[in-house]
Amino acid sequence: MKFTKDQLQRYSRHIILPEVGEQGQMKLLKSRVLIVGAGGLGSPVGYYLSAAGVGTIAMVDDDVVDLSNLQRQIAHCTGTLGMPKVESAKITFESLNPDVHIIPIKERLTKHNILDLIKDYDIVADCSDNYATRFLVNDACVLAKKPLVTGAIFKFEGQLTAVIPHEGPCYRCLFEEPPPPGILPSPQGVGLLGVIPGVIGTLQAAEILKLIIGRGSVLKGELLIYDAMKPSFRKVKVPKNPDCPICSDHPTITELIDYS
Amino acid sequence: MAVKVRIPTPLQKLTNGQDEVETEAGTVMSLINNLDKQFPGIGERISEGGKVRRFINIYLNDEDIRFLRNEETEIKDGDEVSIVPAIAGG
Repeated sequence: MKFTKDQLQRYSRHIILPEVGEQGQMKLLKSRVLIVGAGGLGSPVGYYLSAAGVGTIAMVDDDVVDLSNLQRQIAHCTGTLGMPKVESAKITFESLNPDVHIIPIKERLTKHNILDLIKDYDIVADCSDNYATRFLVNDACVLAKKPLVTGAIFKFEGQLTAVIPHEGPCYRCLFEEPPPPGILPSPQGVGLLGVIPGVIGTLQAAEILKLIIGRGSVLKGELLIYDAMKPSFRKVKVPKNPDCPICSDHPTITELIDYS
Repeated sequence: MAVKVRIPTPLQKLTNGQDEVETEAGTVMSLINNLDKQFPGIGERISEGGKVRRFINIYLNDEDIRFLRNEETEIKDGDEVSIVPAIAGG
């Protein structure tokens, strides 16, 4: 496969970086990323990966675009209100970059479909909006040995980490299980500063690009915490839990769990 | 001197919106009990039956206490403690 003249121009700022080059750009064009959630985080992740020329991007979400989404979910617009989010995102991303093939999957992830959905992808981005999906995605990525870049947001803050199964800790090494309903306030109905998913989602996209081109170090074994009000970025260590219920060498979870 | 504790957004309702509070040195468990005296109700959000809940982590400086001495980890004056729960918004 060779670059077209337009591609050389479109990706010129990548290609002139020695760390990316033609080889790195070719890797991006051939890579396949699955994004769970086409909302606040999924928008910037999908947008920047599309701009960067990530060749195939699947978006999984079963929701439709609502007017209250548009304060932060930049993949969608007033003209796509009522449309499935994955279809709206496909229009936006493919009009930005026709090199990119967006695969819309209007489904809810369950323990029955997730392994089949992620098997054809190189990397998974967790941009979901609930605990049940986050633990399901982590467990499936550990079982299928798929690198996972997970971002989460709440009001004015965000968290980010990368899971490289069997090399570094997983999300369950960090948090062993989801909170029972009602113990922590749910993200729905508490409000969210519109740029928070922009910050965290863009950082997720940066981790994914580095994983694809194979340069730099990724955020594994660490949790990055952003607080917009301070404002501060800080990191805490995430050691691999030798008794992790899913990724240790004596797992107690051997099949997927649906917490929802 | 005292111990500075960072309170995460989801628990700030219990600290009257404060994102950082001060409390006395001691073990992690005594720190949680002290916090609960200052801010009633916060203790049961963070721990249950003398154990930190499994969806919340406590860091002494940037180290996870589960890999130190867990709830028995000693916190000294001048240390910084942060409470970090799982968040799920997307």
